[in-house]
Amino acid sequence: MSNLLKLIQESRASVLQNWMEGIRDLSRRRGLIDERELEAQSGDVLSAIADVPADTNLSNIDLPAWQTLKELLGTLSAARAVQGFSPSETALFVLSLKQPLFELARKHWGNKANELFSEITLTNDFIDKLALYTTDSYIHGRDQVISRQQEEMLELSTPVVTLWDGIVALPLIGTLDSSRTQVVMESLLQAIVQTNSRVAIIDITGVPTVDTLVAQHLLKTITAARLMGAECILSGIRPQIAQTIVHLGINLEDVTTKAKLSDAFRLALERSGRAVVRVSKANTSAHAAKEL
Amino acid sequence: MAATVLKTETIHIKSSSDVVTARQQVRTLAIELKFSLVDQTKIVTAASELARNTLDHGGGGEMDVAVVENGIRRGLRLTFRDHGPGIADIKQALSDGFTTGGGMGLGLGGSKRLMNEFDIHSQPGAGTTITAVRWK
Amino acid sequence: MDRIPILRMGNFLLVTIQVDMHDRLALTLQDDLTNRISEVGARGVLIDISSLEIVDSFIGRTLANIASMARVLDAQTVVVGMQPAVAITLVELGMSLPGIRTALNVESGMEYLQETAEAGMEIGVYGGDSTED
Repeated sequence: MSNLLKLIQESRASVLQNWMEGIRDLSRRRGLIDERELEAQSGDVLSAIADVPADTNLSNIDLPAWQTLKELLGTLSAARAVQGFSPSETALFVLSLKQPLFELARKHWGNKANELFSEITLTNDFIDKLALYTTDSYIHGRDQVISRQQEEMLELSTPVVTLWDGIVALPLIGTLDSSRTQVVMESLLQAIVQTNSRVAIIDITGVPTVDTLVAQHLLKTITAARLMGAECILSGIRPQIAQTIVHLGINLEDVTTKAKLSDAFRLALERSGRAVVRVSKANTSAHAAKEL
Repeated sequence: MAATVLKTETIHIKSSSDVVTARQQVRTLAIELKFSLVDQTKIVTAASELARNTLDHGGGGEMDVAVVENGIRRGLRLTFRDHGPGIADIKQALSDGFTTGGGMGLGLGGSKRLMNEFDIHSQPGAGTTITAVRWK
Repeated sequence: MDRIPILRMGNFLLVTIQVDMHDRLALTLQDDLTNRISEVGARGVLIDISSLEIVDSFIGRTLANIASMARVLDAQTVVVGMQPAVAITLVELGMSLPGIRTALNVESGMEYLQETAEAGMEIGVYGGDSTED
């Protein structure tokens, strides 16, 4: 069926050499990949093509015989996405295989126009399909990179700090959306358990707007904390936000709110049976004198 | 785009201990799919509510739990089937506080909030099928 | 049939739920607890759910019922150790269990029960019998 396949098997080394000529710039220009590594990868791909049974159909790459080749290309392309190659460079890697294969066909069927035409059409189609498959895998790989980065960014943006033994605070900064709030919620509740904190302060000084959705998320966090046995204090509500909350008809009546983080901290200390007192000058000097 | 089913398991729900089995089966698959602990808990809780619903209101039935794929997203799809009396007013059944079984009436509406997709097919007298999906 | 063991510590009853409860087991616990409260005249009930992986509406309702029944029998109930994932899910489900006292762990739960029990005693000591209602 595919006579070309047999030809590739016979002259593997020269095909690889011609292919490498075509893709050498890929490593030279960007320095993203080592030339030897590129050659090893090309060799693997070529073997995956040449090692299928000689009668395998080129027109259907979904055949089980092509599975090894597809897996190999899939891994390579996903890796290309991580290494920083562009989609066209990744596709070019596969498309460059056309030239050496056409060359091979011309050498063999140079004087038989009909056979040459049909072999070239078949090969062209085969490589195009592989290139499309490569692009799909590349995009899949890149999607995974993006979603991983998103997760990492979410984790970075929500630090929970311990203010005192048994008191944690979550200073929220930036716009809150649904997925971020979920991460915020989880890390706060997790911190409550880890630090054994009875009081948690959520400070929203750095949150530009509070809409119904954000307010609902905050309320849910506060309720969940209560179910676990901790109390939440909401602080840092700016005047505009206070207005929005009332206009939107959001009920914060069951929530302890304080204007400033410091007020919330004072309350949190009170709730845990502590108080902040000013040490008077007389006392300090007396103390200092004793020390001397 | 239609979701591709990668794996399905069926659990018969005939008694309250089958509800426990259903929860455990859903938990195993949710862990396999690497859902976060919170997401696992949400899915298992929804499964528990819906399985109890199948038992109490549908007089028993079965649950299919399937691993599905839609593009790069994977998810868990729960399908509950019973041949009970069916639900006459689905909208009412989904509203919080509506109950016919003496519960708090959070079963259906609550599980809908715990999942990403939720679909009820029911005909009075012919039973109910509820399909719920949570994507990763 | 399976039962969840109920421990007694002075005036208090302690329950640790460790199994994935089926509905009947939850109802048995509700019966057993109310019986024990009146038997021993318990002043407080502590339910540790730190090993529970889910609380659905049925278990939530059972906990609320236990708390209400205990209150009628003059005992306080405190539920301790709810896991964050469970709490988030319960809130999403629409259950905020407003009638239930919660605490982070057994230690703070016991502290709460002791405080409320002592407060109750003080009325008896200083206020005399006539002020009790």
